[in-house]
Amino acid sequence: MEIFNIFIKSIFIDNMIFAFFLGMCSYLAVSKTVKTSFGLGVAVTFVLLITVPVNYLLNKYVLAPGALAWMGERFANVDLSFLSLIMFIAVIAAIVQAVEMIVEKFSPSLYNALGIFLPLIAVNCAVMGGSLFMQQRDYSNIGEVTSFAFGSGIGWLIAIVGIAAIREKLRYSHIPPALKGVGITFIITGLMGMAFMSFMGIKL
Amino acid sequence: MSKNTKLITNPLGKNNPITVQVLGICSCLAVTAQLKPAFVMALSVTVVVALSNLIISFLRNTIPPRIRIIVQLVVVSALVILVNQVLQAFVYDVSKQLSVYVGLIITNCIVMGRLEAFAMSNKPWASLCDGIGNGLGYGIILIILGFVRELFGSGTLWGYPIMEKLGLYNIGYENNGLVIMAPMALILVGIIIWIQRSSNKELQEK
Repeated sequence: MEIFNIFIKSIFIDNMIFAFFLGMCSYLAVSKTVKTSFGLGVAVTFVLLITVPVNYLLNKYVLAPGALAWMGERFANVDLSFLSLIMFIAVIAAIVQAVEMIVEKFSPSLYNALGIFLPLIAVNCAVMGGSLFMQQRDYSNIGEVTSFAFGSGIGWLIAIVGIAAIREKLRYSHIPPALKGVGITFIITGLMGMAFMSFMGIKL
Repeated sequence: MSKNTKLITNPLGKNNPITVQVLGICSCLAVTAQLKPAFVMALSVTVVVALSNLIISFLRNTIPPRIRIIVQLVVVSALVILVNQVLQAFVYDVSKQLSVYVGLIITNCIVMGRLEAFAMSNKPWASLCDGIGNGLGYGIILIILGFVRELFGSGTLWGYPIMEKLGLYNIGYENNGLVIMAPMALILVGIIIWIQRSSNKELQEK
């Protein structure tokens, strides 16, 4: 039950975009059509789903204070947490590269659909943010971490597909010239965020 | 104006990283509920952008193009770890408030964007100026947002209870709680872009 609760919470309440503004850059740049933004959303969800659990294991057994206790008495007091930033980004970059190669080999059609987005995900703040929040929030087991990662990805996907759909319609409306493009997208995202605020406090 | 001064002043206005290039939005919105963390964040990003631009520009002829992203990431994350440790040592409370967003400077699009667009193809001195300029351009928006949000959201400035000292609460003034919430930050940036673009027609999108 706890796992399902975390899943719902990370989609609606702790939404990556509306609550933490993570992944805003690609969110603003790519959300011009629903089709491409759906592709990017799927790719981000996929990468989050792999990198966050891997980083969780890395954090639990290598980086956290006292995590090296399994190597013997001498290592019980080692604290490598200052290395976590560089380790997380290395893991993310490596996994994105590996995923790219695997997808290219086994599913060329998916590879073509994702195109340029796959390599760009390495520097998407939502992916890095997922790992950092995982480290900060102290989830108790890998099941919870996986459901957090999956939920965050789905939340991001919903946000980007929603804004893309609105932007497709916006093309035909009269917007003050100075607000066209980025300006109106910011304001609409703010309004969507207010709508999402009404989910606050939901607990299953 | 010399070329290098231009590199510093351009990003402050008509080539601003946030409102014109639309880079580095994540942290800009998340840390600006108060002025102090916004200021610290602006300073950290300026340091990281300037130094990473300088280092990458020195290395630009020796980096093999195929692995340049990972080299850039390593340089940037080393600098961010330094900044993070300094913040934890000297301003621990602010570092707690900034939480994950210090680490997220690594994936801040301004840093990577400037490295790719400028430092890989320019001399070290010019790259340093470009880094400082973009850091400051980012900082200005952060400080404007932090000022507005703290003043109207909590009625304080840098922790000083300015609204209370002016006696506004006695005549029925209330803090606007929405301004510190997440959605309002987005709307405020939208308004800043609106103001900037209506005074500068060439920035408007068709």
